[in-house]
Amino acid sequence: MTALGALFYLLAAVLLGAAILTATRRNPVHAVCCAVVVFLAVGGLFAVLGAPLPGVLMVVVYAGAIMVLFLFIIMLLGLPAGDGPLPAGRLLVPGILGAATLLALFVLIGADPAAQTLLPAAQASPAAVGTLLFDTYWLAVEAVSILLFAALAAALLLGRGRPGPGQPATGGRGA
Amino acid sequence: MDMWLGVLVMLVKMAVVLGVALGLAAYMILLERKLLGRFQVRYGPNRVGLFGLLQPLADGLKMLLKEDIIPDGVDRRIFLVAPAVVAGTALAAFAVVPFGEGLTFFGHTVPQVIVDSNVGLLMVLALSSLAVYGLALGAWTSDNKYSLLGGIRGAAQMISYELALGLSLVPVVMHARSLSLSDIVAAQSGLPFALMEPVAFATFIIASLAETKRIPFDLPEAENELQAGFHTEYSGMRFALFFVGEYVNMVLLGAVTAIFFLGGWHGPFFPPIVWLAVKVLAVPVFLIWTRASLPRLRYDQLMALGWKVLVPLALLNILVTGALLVLNA
Repeated sequence: MTALGALFYLLAAVLLGAAILTATRRNPVHAVCCAVVVFLAVGGLFAVLGAPLPGVLMVVVYAGAIMVLFLFIIMLLGLPAGDGPLPAGRLLVPGILGAATLLALFVLIGADPAAQTLLPAAQASPAAVGTLLFDTYWLAVEAVSILLFAALAAALLLGRGRPGPGQPATGGRGA
Repeated sequence: MDMWLGVLVMLVKMAVVLGVALGLAAYMILLERKLLGRFQVRYGPNRVGLFGLLQPLADGLKMLLKEDIIPDGVDRRIFLVAPAVVAGTALAAFAVVPFGEGLTFFGHTVPQVIVDSNVGLLMVLALSSLAVYGLALGAWTSDNKYSLLGGIRGAAQMISYELALGLSLVPVVMHARSLSLSDIVAAQSGLPFALMEPVAFATFIIASLAETKRIPFDLPEAENELQAGFHTEYSGMRFALFFVGEYVNMVLLGAVTAIFFLGGWHGPFFPPIVWLAVKVLAVPVFLIWTRASLPRLRYDQLMALGWKVLVPLALLNILVTGALLVLNA
């Protein structure tokens, strides 16, 4: 096994372990910490596969922004902090579904002859990724951005609620 | 053989960079106390060693000897790890910071950077965005309402200003056509980007002031309302780690400002390393000066400045830069 191969399996093991911990923690803050480790490991996997740009973006966007928002919400809600894993009864059905999906994936990928060949090592430069996104797939990228904008506007509208008589539409000062 | 030589060179480089970063951070604390003293018409620390030069040593020793108190009701694991996250992410970012062009030893060219990554700029941003976990988790786990308020403020502030920080760097990347820090410096051999992109420079400096949580943006640790904010419950060396993180961050900010906007090691007459040192140190002095001169913002002013001024300004600047680049092409 090459050094990169060893690194791949190490990162994959960390990823799986952290993902299982994320799904089973009773304490939401512990779950967030484990999820951050998951995203760091995914970023590392991208880097090992020769694509540093998606790897770093994974860390910047998911670990650095989205999970911080999760943590922010949990801190604002002040949920009671439990400890240890969730009870086995609640994990049974999702666990079976997850295991079945994993099994199906392994069977499907194993049946595909294209999955048997080893991919050549490649280095994707940031410029190449950018060209692919904004040249080849520009329509999909723009469609997603418009969709996200629509979702944002809708969330803002719903979150504000209806202004009562004589009441301004916005909340108080600040944010 | 060559591989082991490579590993050895890498280890030596890491040791040098960590030593310089930590040493500078320790003396940054002394510099800040000295300058603040002068701004307030007093001497500042001058008792330990000549001109107080051994003060950082005395401070470190004192912190190490203090009792490390872990309060009841904290989440032990997270409480212990949080300060290390703050200091660790700041130190790790130095891995992509170049200190000059390659040096040649016995026919081998050794680049003066630990990793010359082609996504170096994004790595700096990624590590600075991870630093917020140390603050937020330390605040949450302290089980103290003032800490929690400080942590919530810190998280909100850092999410808001990260956007402006990232957007203000886009024009730099557009000019340099690369995310590698070495390439960005090479692109400034003529004119530094601070002169070519003054608006981007201004937004970057303001946003990074907020990211380092210093006055006028030190809402997460506003003493007069939140005791010490997120690090209220910390003591001894763990408290010191938060501070090491903050001052390493100041040095890091100096280094990345020098590289992104001030032309890195380029400059007339003096050797490159002198120019780099002068530029790296100019930024912390500016930060200390603002701390001595400006009052703290109100929280809603902080949010309004970030979202209503800096983000639109940075976006507009990207648009103008893009238009000018297309017209000139």
